[in-house]
Amino acid sequence: MPNYAYIALIPLLPLAAFVVLGLCGRKYQGRWSGGVGTGAVLISAGLSLWTAYQYFGACPADAACLPVTPLKVTWLTFSPGLSIDMSIILDPISVMMIVVVSFVSLMVHIFSLGYMKGESRFGTYYAFLGLFTFSMLGLVLSGNIFEIYIFWELVGCSSFLLIGYYFDRPPAVAAAKKAFIVTRFADLGFLVGILILSFHAETLDFHTLILRLTHPSPQLASITTASFLGISMLSWGLVLVFIGGAGKSALFPLHIWLPDAMEGPTPVSALIHAATMVVAGVYLVARLYPVYAFSDPKVLQLVLYVGALSALLAAIIACTQTDIKRVLAYSTMSQIGYMMFALGALGYTASMFHLFTHAFFKALLFLCAGVIIHRVHSNEMKDMGGLRKRLPLTHGCFLIACLAIAGIPPFSGFFSKEEILLAAYHANKFVYAVGLFTSGLTAFYMFRLYFSVFWRREGVGDHHREAAFTMKAPLVILAAGAVFAGFVPFSRWVTYDGRPEEPHAVGAFAIAPVALALLGMLLAGFLYRKESNRPAKAAAAFGALYTFAYHKFYIDEVYSFVTKKIIFNFIGRPAAWIDRNIVDGFMDLLAAVTAWMSARIKGFQSGKVQDYALYFFAGIAALAVLFIYIYT
Amino acid sequence: MNQVPLSHILFVSTALFFIGMYGLFTRRNMITMLMSVELILNSVNINFIAFNKYLYPEKLEGVFFSLFIIAIAAAEAAVAIAIIINLYRNLRSIDVEDANEMKF
Repeated sequence: MPNYAYIALIPLLPLAAFVVLGLCGRKYQGRWSGGVGTGAVLISAGLSLWTAYQYFGACPADAACLPVTPLKVTWLTFSPGLSIDMSIILDPISVMMIVVVSFVSLMVHIFSLGYMKGESRFGTYYAFLGLFTFSMLGLVLSGNIFEIYIFWELVGCSSFLLIGYYFDRPPAVAAAKKAFIVTRFADLGFLVGILILSFHAETLDFHTLILRLTHPSPQLASITTASFLGISMLSWGLVLVFIGGAGKSALFPLHIWLPDAMEGPTPVSALIHAATMVVAGVYLVARLYPVYAFSDPKVLQLVLYVGALSALLAAIIACTQTDIKRVLAYSTMSQIGYMMFALGALGYTASMFHLFTHAFFKALLFLCAGVIIHRVHSNEMKDMGGLRKRLPLTHGCFLIACLAIAGIPPFSGFFSKEEILLAAYHANKFVYAVGLFTSGLTAFYMFRLYFSVFWRREGVGDHHREAAFTMKAPLVILAAGAVFAGFVPFSRWVTYDGRPEEPHAVGAFAIAPVALALLGMLLAGFLYRKESNRPAKAAAAFGALYTFAYHKFYIDEVYSFVTKKIIFNFIGRPAAWIDRNIVDGFMDLLAAVTAWMSARIKGFQSGKVQDYALYFFAGIAALAVLFIYIYT
Repeated sequence: MNQVPLSHILFVSTALFFIGMYGLFTRRNMITMLMSVELILNSVNINFIAFNKYLYPEKLEGVFFSLFIIAIAAAEAAVAIAIIINLYRNLRSIDVEDANEMKF
């Protein structure tokens, strides 16, 4: 077995960058801070690729890739049976994830060198990026469920910091707060889930936990016999963990924070809210997948339907939005819905494959959007149009990413989506239909975006340079990823039971999704390629549905109604009343009694020396009497 | 030589003590009050010496105690007179009733 001890460096280098920049970046804002952050992540990315090469190279040709634990440190010991370890686990999905995370993070670091140039808090920005990269790498390498929870909260925290990076803009502050509160609410579920699972399994370690909960053991007997509201504790634990994942991955109905999170800088959206952090929920379910697959099938059904519903709803909303980043945000949510329902449909490999390919093309889309916004100084699609001459390279990269996400062969999205639909087809025909329809919608809204931004108007070239080299290079590299990531022999390495599967041959099954995608593209071209009143007519034809989707199905409004009208009035106000009148009242009473007493006795402190002498001698006399009485 | 009985000496010291107390409580002049305090301390000294001599003639602890008390009384007089001088500078009076600002 190769020596993997250097793996600890992969997350620790970005942490070191964070510490250095956080402590002294403020002094040298903009001079070397970007270089320090990028350098650290560059080394991390190199080490991750080397790890992947070594790990997959060491896999036996026809058997499972074994999980390896290169590092294990006992962190807290409570009692002989209960301790919390800090460990690193290497298995196919964590190796795949460190490659994705460090690679996308590197691209975003390089891109930001150009994009964030001249920002006043440049060093702080890179410090936060370093913190995020550290936490995300730590999350994917976590070897036990408690450790993953720590990193889970850390990514939430760095996401909060980066969404609120422009803290002088009220919408950014509101968005950061919203993201934090919504995911925090979901994390409550995750925490309770962790407690249930680890209490019954009597371990925190993933490997032992999965082993005990999927094979006959006393722990399995305990968790399946215990029940609450007629549902076994195993199902409760898994559902609660899934809720935590759904909050982080922005699945319906906890998705409301993701579109608002686009208030952060665009490279941050590419890194955190498209490629890495939001797939943490999918990763979490995948991490515990044997338990999900083994337990009550109803839990997987829940995963399946929540995923499918999110995919569909987000795709419909994406068709109506006008802010380029919000369209991409809803598209992210829809793609994560895909990954989730693939897990629900027992398509473990398909889900992980889509996660892998999605990271490339979605990061690419966001970085292209970053270039466009940098040039146009607006997020609104109506301010764009005809940009294909002004931004030729961005145009090409954006087109590649759109083709990839729409699932046109031979781009990467085609292969992964194909596998997901295949898994769904075998599991549930209804969800398959939803997935198929959504893939058509995906092509439609992506090409709506593409045509509105790059065509629509007569474009003219100008003499401005397109963008700095640091911004163009990541686009080209990610575009290469979006084209070729589909050819990675993924099912050979990443499978549910670790046994390699033969990749499915592309056959007649691919006709339906590709045809639908082409249909969506043609429709988008018909509506948006030239400026016309066709989109307005189409919107009118859909009537109420369009209005509904345009207002995001009023889900935000429902939330505000529930929180402001119901929770504030019926829980918040009584709690405030109790706080003001009973808790504060008790304290006020104590203070009032003390004040009253002191007003009564303050006359003793007269300021006259002879009075004090008198009290003094009176006291001595009293003590003398007392002692005489006691001793005789 | 006829020894003076212990009770006579105790009578003297008690008288001294209460004279001192009377002075402390009734006089308004701070210097007089200080002198009264010295009387009280000296009554205690007499007690120590007397008990030492009559009860434990072979020991010397009582005598040493009174030496300490004399030393402390001297120090205390110095401090008290410093305070009185400062009060006089501020108030132009050494009447204890005039120094009544340290109250609630």
